[in-house]
Amino acid sequence: MARTDPKKDVVIIGLGWTGSILGMELAQEGLEILALERGPDRETVPDFEYPKVIDELKYGIRLGFMQKPKKSTLTIRRTLDEVAQPYRRLGSFLPGDGVGGAGIHWNGQTWRPLEIELRLKSYVEETFGAATIPDGMTIQDWGVNYDEMEPYFDRFEYMAGIAGKAGNIKGEIQAGGNPFEAPRSRDFPMPPMKQGVDAQMFAKTASALGLHPFPRPSANATQSYVNEYGMQLGPCNYCGFCERYGCANYSKSSPQTCILDALKRMPNFSYKVNSEVLKIELAEDGKTATGVTYFDEAAQEEVFQPADLVIVAAYSLHNVHLMLLSGIGEPWDPVQQTGTTGKNYSYQMNGATSLFFKDVEFNPFAAAGSNGISIDDYAISQIDFAKEGFIGGSYITAGISNGQPIRGISLPEGTPSWGASWKQGIGDWYGHAMSIGSHGSNMAYRDCYLDLDPTYTDPHGRSLMRMTFNWKDNDIRMTQFMRSKIEPIAEAMQPDSWQSSYKAEGAQYDVRPYQTTHNVGGAIMGTDPKTSSLNRYLQAWGQHNVFVMGASAFPQNIQYNPTGMVGALAYWAADAIRNDYLPNPRPLV
Amino acid sequence: MPQFPFHRTRRSFLAGTAAGAALSVLAFQARAQAAKEVPLAEYTPEYLSPAEYAFVMAATARLIPSEGDGPGALDARVPVFIDRQLAGDFGIAADLYMEGPFNPEADPNLGTQTALPPAEIYRQGIPAFDIWCADTQGGLFADLDTDAQDIALTALSNGEVGLSADLREFWSLLLQNTKEGYFCDPQYGGNAGMESWVYIGFPGARGNFDDWVGRQEVYPLGPVNIAGERA
Repeated sequence: MARTDPKKDVVIIGLGWTGSILGMELAQEGLEILALERGPDRETVPDFEYPKVIDELKYGIRLGFMQKPKKSTLTIRRTLDEVAQPYRRLGSFLPGDGVGGAGIHWNGQTWRPLEIELRLKSYVEETFGAATIPDGMTIQDWGVNYDEMEPYFDRFEYMAGIAGKAGNIKGEIQAGGNPFEAPRSRDFPMPPMKQGVDAQMFAKTASALGLHPFPRPSANATQSYVNEYGMQLGPCNYCGFCERYGCANYSKSSPQTCILDALKRMPNFSYKVNSEVLKIELAEDGKTATGVTYFDEAAQEEVFQPADLVIVAAYSLHNVHLMLLSGIGEPWDPVQQTGTTGKNYSYQMNGATSLFFKDVEFNPFAAAGSNGISIDDYAISQIDFAKEGFIGGSYITAGISNGQPIRGISLPEGTPSWGASWKQGIGDWYGHAMSIGSHGSNMAYRDCYLDLDPTYTDPHGRSLMRMTFNWKDNDIRMTQFMRSKIEPIAEAMQPDSWQSSYKAEGAQYDVRPYQTTHNVGGAIMGTDPKTSSLNRYLQAWGQHNVFVMGASAFPQNIQYNPTGMVGALAYWAADAIRNDYLPNPRPLV
Repeated sequence: MPQFPFHRTRRSFLAGTAAGAALSVLAFQARAQAAKEVPLAEYTPEYLSPAEYAFVMAATARLIPSEGDGPGALDARVPVFIDRQLAGDFGIAADLYMEGPFNPEADPNLGTQTALPPAEIYRQGIPAFDIWCADTQGGLFADLDTDAQDIALTALSNGEVGLSADLREFWSLLLQNTKEGYFCDPQYGGNAGMESWVYIGFPGARGNFDDWVGRQEVYPLGPVNIAGERA
């Protein structure tokens, strides 16, 4: 049945941020490249056009730009002995699909990890002793260090056009920036965003308390900008429709606004949409890939696409699913603790305190996805893990990202969820609430991992992937520590009332409410093929012509939003492929 | 302090301005269009049966009552919204993973596990709830007085009306869909006249607040919808 198409030099699976970056970098080498995107094509015009994209029901609630579980989903359980159930309706996390991937519907918060986060296990052992790491926690070093990654963070931030204020340039602390951040070689390409009333109030109080507020780094442009590919961004107009939406205004950094129109002009690059890769095909000896098999929806047939180099650039969860289906690496066994594929899935531990001020007008609709004021005084580098009894950290932010009313209006504790009092409540409190949020790390554990589900299948008859994940005491202690730091700030701001929402002891993972789409791990990078799927260049240990991009490479989650690290790793891997691999294709380590 | 909170005194504020004169013409047009909509009682549902429609009318009228400030669910035409949603892709679970085996009694934290799409949850949930209402409150929900209706809805929200596991989501769907219909763009049949947006002070699809970020003042303009109409 399967058609075989003419061979390409490179096939790229997925055309989001990392697929677009690798496409451009490898197209510049003159290689013949085909990118396969399982979802539809998407362009600013017509897909994100004003006013039709400003539609909360269609995109914010019915999730028009997200993956449809009917076509692709996974199963989820909390423990090894629970029976996993399908993630039938999207809730806790929202994978994208289509050209641009999650790069179209993110908020744009673009951070770098701390130096010590990239060598977390070594840092903990050296500083606090190996006994600090509890049984069952499987954290690892990344195999790269911050200094060698710095040029690639810089490259991604200047390509994507990030707005912010540096706090540390080559070791010199900069007033108004984050003094705890890792050193940068230069400032951000654009000045920071305007701040809402909530962020201004938070900054004032945080300063008065001796903390170090700074503007959150943002992929929402603050001026006109032209990047290295000649792509142009215009300044954000604070429309209040960022996360879950494509940007109507060419202001949010995305593959569309930063790469794709330039990439599409490269004659040696082409892409096909509605083409879901089903499997990465391996040579008989299993030591290289020969190409991929995908389902061509237009032709309604399977296609074998031969290629010399396979770039796996789908969403993190789908990267791991493809590796499991294709036999790339041995699946992780949480009992024997052998294998690597699927190991160390981790998430993000967040919490927040809501504050209510009846006489303050926050105008929450006048917002952008990533303006806001943060503090990093309780970063992973600032905490004595031995004393506090947990490993981890968090940044803390006040920054309203939207005022969309269906997605929820924050109401004081005790307000009913329906009836006359609810209606009175929304009239009284819409626009009079703000929040201070903790965005925290999540460690990796033996029994938090990804494998194939024994029961459920997708429309192509492939096993769904199974996620096993639950909250752990270590991370709950971390978020409770953040609560103890945030509540005094909230009280010092003198609201009419405030209330907190943090995971507490015994918290069980709940897939229903949206939490975050920062799903990481499962195809982790590292220094040893026995404990990681990929080497430090994101190259599969067992198949040297397979490189796997994305947050699936994170050995555990950082305390920051992942895209800055994902973008830097893509440029780092592209550099290794261009300068080291292509002249002499082989295992690079 | 706020000076001209449009969502409280918009009409008196606009009446005194030149802009108000222009806006009032457009507002009149928008209202004229709304007036062409058939009254709720005469609306012919696409999906709901007459009995189901009567239930949705009665239930949403208690979830967001008309009494007090701001429109109620009936003023916002929420029942029309719900009927259209159930008749469309949402009702048939077009986007959801609906392959078995189904384990509707699985831990609720693992998410919806019923084989029933949302439209069918309404179809089976309404009569099941009505049986509870008849047994404990003396009549079908739509026929009860408002106090008894509130007692019944409270029991439903607390999972105390004996619904089967397949219908576990009936309450959360009903409440969520009611709020969706209250606040959605009017193209979907709810939020009639954008009065729900006016009430809370959400400016709708204006799409540009560059000059309003960080200003501690009430935003002076009323909402627009995606069709470009003003409230």
